[in-house]
Amino acid sequence: MSDVKKFLYVNRKAPHGTIYALESLEVVLIGAAFEQDVALAFLDDGVFQLVKGWDTSELGAKNFQPAYTALGDYDIQKVYVEKESLEERGLSEDDLIEMVYEDEDDDWAEKSSIRIVSRQEMAEIMQDSDVVLSF
Amino acid sequence: MKLGIVVLEGPYQHEAADTAYNFAVAALEKGHEIFRIFFYHDGVNNATRLMVPPQDDRHIQQRWSELAEKHKLDLVVCVAAAQRRGILDEDEMKRHGKDANNIAPGFRISGLGQLIEAGIQCDRLVFFGD
Amino acid sequence: MALLHTVNKSPYERNTLESCLAHVKEGDVVLLIEDGVYAALKGGRAADTLSSANGVKICALSADVKARGLDGRLVDGVEVVDYAGFVDLVVETDKTQAWL
Repeated sequence: MSDVKKFLYVNRKAPHGTIYALESLEVVLIGAAFEQDVALAFLDDGVFQLVKGWDTSELGAKNFQPAYTALGDYDIQKVYVEKESLEERGLSEDDLIEMVYEDEDDDWAEKSSIRIVSRQEMAEIMQDSDVVLSF
Repeated sequence: MKLGIVVLEGPYQHEAADTAYNFAVAALEKGHEIFRIFFYHDGVNNATRLMVPPQDDRHIQQRWSELAEKHKLDLVVCVAAAQRRGILDEDEMKRHGKDANNIAPGFRISGLGQLIEAGIQCDRLVFFGD
Repeated sequence: MALLHTVNKSPYERNTLESCLAHVKEGDVVLLIEDGVYAALKGGRAADTLSSANGVKICALSADVKARGLDGRLVDGVEVVDYAGFVDLVVETDKTQAWL
């Protein structure tokens, strides 16, 4: 039986302009069933994926933002968002969607999965993972 | 070592398929095992047998198929990405009521779980994309 | 723990190299592949950023250097490796992270 590995999904691209945001999310959703230690990293233009209030009706493409908010149901608890990437783009945590999970070790209390981290901390997170998936 | 390779872009449009192939060849020459080559996003387009590139240039699909046959490689095309882009095998063709299929020899269509499994089983997972 | 970072885009087109270098740690290796090799072209603005990446080894893939006519035109300190060398880097480091 293999040990549990630390999977880090790195998101560096904005949504809609390309399919990478959507299809990498699909990997995360399928991957949740494999009970590995999963974390998501959003940096550079990847932080744009988490900006709330998408309206894709005029574009005529599927609005897949609900899939991000549903990640908590898939036991995704670690969503690292890079502070410098937000600031460079004129964004703050207030601009982001809410992502929560229920902590089974704390009476199923609802907690935020989003953790704002510095560039330095993000580098550490990358070093610390076992498998890095980039799309 | 046990290596996993992920190809995220289509043939010719991006260099990813070339770099991945050349890397795979070098890895095999060095005696490493390639556990799986997983094709995702436009990478699924590497798997069409209808590719007719100019004769004086490399045939990207054919060399994948030949490499797979020679070394018994597992070339996996993601089903969801393939459906989006019209890469079908016979089962998929029947399942979706299409009048044709186009998957090349040596490739098989399967789920994203195969990518995750590669991440779990391999010593190294290397991504080639844009 | 040493990481191998691959960068496949020109620094004049994308910010991937810049972002990669902002996240590397001492002992890591950065391998320039595909259009990423343009970062190592001597005299280019990007070549300066490579030299300031202290403690990080910079390599460039020979096939891509040669394909682009850059053979012999790279900044000092960049080690040119072939595909076999690429494989060795993947195996000798702890994991590979692609900056796409």
